[in-house]
Amino acid sequence: MEKRDFHVIAETGIHARPATLLVQSASKFNSDIQLTYKDKSVNLKSIMGVMSLGVGQGADVTISADGDDEADAIAALEDTMKKEGLSD
Amino acid sequence: MAGTLKGIAASDGIAIAKAYLMVDPDLSFEKKTITDADAEVARLHDALDKSKAELSLIKEKAAENLGAEEAEVFEAHLTILSDPELIGNIEDKIKNDAINAEEATKEVTDNFIEMFEAMTDNAYMQERAADIRDVTKRLMSHLLGVELPNPALIDSEVIIVAHDLTPSDTAQLDRHYVKGFITDIGGRTSHSAIMSRTLEIPAVVGSEKATTSVKQGEMMIVDGLTGDAIIDPSEDQIKDYQKKSDEFKAQKAEWEKLKNERTLSKDGVHFDLAANIGTPDDLQGVLDNGGEAIGLFRSEFLYMNASELPSEDDQFEAYKKVVEGMNGKQVVVRTMDIGGDKELPYLPLPEEMNPFLGYRAIRISLDRTDLFRTQLRALLRASAFGNLAIMFPMIATVAEFKKARAIYDDERQKMIDAGSKVGDIQVGMMMEIPAAAMIADKLAKYVDFFSIGTNDLIQYSFAADRGNEKVAYLYQPYNPSLLRLIKQTIDASHAEGKWTGMCGEMAGDQIAVPILMGLGLDEFSMSATSILKTRALMKRLTTDDMKKLAEKAVTEAETNEDVIKLVKETVNND
Repeated sequence: MEKRDFHVIAETGIHARPATLLVQSASKFNSDIQLTYKDKSVNLKSIMGVMSLGVGQGADVTISADGDDEADAIAALEDTMKKEGLSD
Repeated sequence: MAGTLKGIAASDGIAIAKAYLMVDPDLSFEKKTITDADAEVARLHDALDKSKAELSLIKEKAAENLGAEEAEVFEAHLTILSDPELIGNIEDKIKNDAINAEEATKEVTDNFIEMFEAMTDNAYMQERAADIRDVTKRLMSHLLGVELPNPALIDSEVIIVAHDLTPSDTAQLDRHYVKGFITDIGGRTSHSAIMSRTLEIPAVVGSEKATTSVKQGEMMIVDGLTGDAIIDPSEDQIKDYQKKSDEFKAQKAEWEKLKNERTLSKDGVHFDLAANIGTPDDLQGVLDNGGEAIGLFRSEFLYMNASELPSEDDQFEAYKKVVEGMNGKQVVVRTMDIGGDKELPYLPLPEEMNPFLGYRAIRISLDRTDLFRTQLRALLRASAFGNLAIMFPMIATVAEFKKARAIYDDERQKMIDAGSKVGDIQVGMMMEIPAAAMIADKLAKYVDFFSIGTNDLIQYSFAADRGNEKVAYLYQPYNPSLLRLIKQTIDASHAEGKWTGMCGEMAGDQIAVPILMGLGLDEFSMSATSILKTRALMKRLTTDDMKKLAEKAVTEAETNEDVIKLVKETVNND
């Protein structure tokens, strides 16, 4: 299992287009991928799940991946987080 | 089924095309207990696949026709339809509760919608609730085997038939294919009407029964010039309307050339062609149609669309916006013209038997001077930003005008004393009560101008309620009796070196215009879309001929019909 913590800097939090892109990015991998915020975890391949967390600016979140491509998945998601200006 | 519909002409032009009904199909269903869960899940996936295929196509079309931004919403819909949580939950429900796919879908999506809508501090999430609702509708339609309207997929010429059109409906429409609109509800100022004018698509609104009378794919004609619509027209009707449409297009192209021209008669006499507006949003239409002024800015919208009395600042902003937008051209604002026929929650007015003959307009302003002074201060402040004029509605006597003017002068002086900048303001009155027209010579001494409000002047002169169908025959704008009142008003103003405008429907009426030119009317204020047409008409007429025509109409004619005949003989009106 691979894990990484992120501090969300985007003004709107994980919403809208960045959320969709994050979900699309996660969906490319076989691993089970979770987004955790305030002790609540959701499937990062689910847009509804991600949106239901209501992650705002300044939130600390954890992304974890479990599976044969977990390392690649975390690397790709970190890339998306940064490219979309969600975290630094 | 062949037939005709009658609505309100909302946007000029004629459309002949197949009807495209934008009406949601019946998506109701019953909750059922199922035995074969696997078959039900398969049915769900079949519907999901069909929905996705449809959405991909819509997305592609939308990107092509409307741009990437409009297409993005469909991308979001696709993501929702692929959502493992959503689908997993629905599948679980089907299996665990042994219920049909429709019921399971509804329960799960309702849950999500409720959750997102509960996030009241987050407008974005609330909008996503609407997305889920939209997607659910599509999924449901495929489960039930009915077809949703898909405006983005329209790929041939159509007339959109809808109960009403919302901004999100219209965002999906491709202008190349949408030839016309017809709606059940709405008036000339409803969203669909305004939009159709902006897009210059012929439209009829408020037809009451378009969606229930027209069938999908049926041929129809929408005449945005008259408000008529024909369902399943005959070949002859199509031919006739095709001709009318071609003529209209050719004419419009001709009128368009006059946009930046001054309005001159054939012999070079200038007349002001102005526009009537109801809100600051109407400004663009005035500029687009080459309006030389705003002859009537109704201030009622400030009162009608509010839950409390409009503040001085709110009023000031609205007036300023219009005055600045007109860039030095005159804007005539009419002070509040409200009466017992309108209900205002913050200003209870007694219900009256005859609201049009009752406590209204200047009669309220002179009684409730607090409201009147607020409005005058807002107007005075706005006058510093351009060319503003004020007129009082429903003046019947010299005393009323003097009283109103004195209050205005008082506020003006106070403002100047306080060091505020105030522009030169002409102060005039609406001429709409016959008693006032009879003493126009007296009133002319005190006013800067008259503006004839023909709709009311006709109703009061003929003692005929303009809303009553049974007495509609008494709406006689060309009757010599009315023309004499108009002539008297214009002459009285000129004798005092003042001017007279007209701000009723009559000012843009193609029969009335030649006579009004002959009577020496200075300013014609009408719907913005009538300006170019009128400018083109005036260009063909010489003032001397029109004077002779007006003289005959006032002295020789006996009836409304006589006058129409006179005009048609003199002016080759087509």
